[in-house]
Amino acid sequence: MALVESRGLTRAFGPRRAVDGVDLSVDGGECLALFGPNGAGKTTLLRLFAGLLRPTSGTATIGGVALPGGASARGLVGLISHQSMLYPALTAHENVVFSARLHGVANADVAATRALESLRVADRANTPVRSLSRGLQQRVSVARALVHEPRALLLDEPFAGLDDAGAAALTETLAALARGGAAVLLVTHGVREGLALATHVAVMRRGSLVLHEPRIAAGEPESFAARYRALSAS
Amino acid sequence: MSANEQLEIPARNVAPGTFGAALFIARKDITVELRTRTALLSALALSLLSIVIFNFAWDPTAVAAIDLAPGLLWVIFTFSGLLGLHRAFGAEQEERAIDVLVSAPIPRQAIYLGKALANLALVALVQAVSIPAVLVVYNLPVASSLPVLYGIAFLAAIGLVAVGTLFSAMTVSTRTAELLLPVLALPFFVPVVTAAAQATARLLAGRPSSDAIGWLKLLVAYDLVFVVACAAAYTVIADE
Repeated sequence: MALVESRGLTRAFGPRRAVDGVDLSVDGGECLALFGPNGAGKTTLLRLFAGLLRPTSGTATIGGVALPGGASARGLVGLISHQSMLYPALTAHENVVFSARLHGVANADVAATRALESLRVADRANTPVRSLSRGLQQRVSVARALVHEPRALLLDEPFAGLDDAGAAALTETLAALARGGAAVLLVTHGVREGLALATHVAVMRRGSLVLHEPRIAAGEPESFAARYRALSAS
Repeated sequence: MSANEQLEIPARNVAPGTFGAALFIARKDITVELRTRTALLSALALSLLSIVIFNFAWDPTAVAAIDLAPGLLWVIFTFSGLLGLHRAFGAEQEERAIDVLVSAPIPRQAIYLGKALANLALVALVQAVSIPAVLVVYNLPVASSLPVLYGIAFLAAIGLVAVGTLFSAMTVSTRTAELLLPVLALPFFVPVVTAAAQATARLLAGRPSSDAIGWLKLLVAYDLVFVVACAAAYTVIADE
């Protein structure tokens, strides 16, 4: 069984199926780059795996534990979303420490400092988040998501707002986590960034997976981008 | 899925239990509130202004202060409490920080209890300021009964906060949250406000405390039932 897995996963909002019978698996050490046009259901899929939504039917499991009920499964997940998921009135360090404490990290203060250092934002640790630029907030958000050393990373456009240095630090961190055995589910519109990290690629359209193959079969970014555009439009 | 299909992943972290996590959340909420002072200042201003306005509108020859005070206190606490309750989950929506709480490996009830504890601290602070203000402005000679009055206020605050925090969670994502919260919560506040106002009236009238025991028992029973019921109900809301 894979670390991140779904079987027939479906989530409907009224008559509309945002996620429709998705079967996928991402094992430890793998990175699945998930592409798709706006409204394809990618964010809903991540929210199902994060335990933030209850499936209408089918199952989403992390480490074999079904979500959203399994607290132990939620502890394995690190989530980065469109929004920063930070408290603007708290400092960068306080935000990361708070998340670390909720996950029961043994030395939350030290772990938070380390996480901020790895994203190269430790020099702004004591600045309230509301005073940080969007890019720096995104780095703090990534530090918050990684502070408990998650085994399953659910990333929704994690490179949004990052400058080159931030993007490089994040790529380095994600690659190190994948080498350490983490499963990464990466939602992105950036074909080049996605393929750089991916071991597998998938394309989602209208709630369903229309492509799921190993990275090696995806070929060069330019040719994959052309296929992705064709799949999105069809 | 059966348990033997679960992967054996060594736990790196030990997540806090319900009360530990609730304390982390309450501390975070109080820190945020002390820095922004959004709900606290609004609630305090509403309380103190209401006390002053009522004083100008009040005809002491028609209604004795001792008869006016219980109702006045509980109208103030109810509406100033609602201001803080709306912020409880509203502050989490700004950057979807609520997702950090819901996706954390903590019991769902801890989120509710943490929010309720922070709300209770806010309401208790408003009460701590408003009660002496009412006693001074309306010249009520009940200084010796002040600890009992605070006790009644605190018991009632637990009930108001228990129900109000749940409705705050239910209504926060709606476009009319500020309207829906009082409309939904106020009917549930009626038993608490009635019991608290009756107990306060007996205390201010100098009647023996045994006269208020029945109302105090009602407050305690309401608190127990609604804290447990609302914490359980929140687990359903959090999953949706």
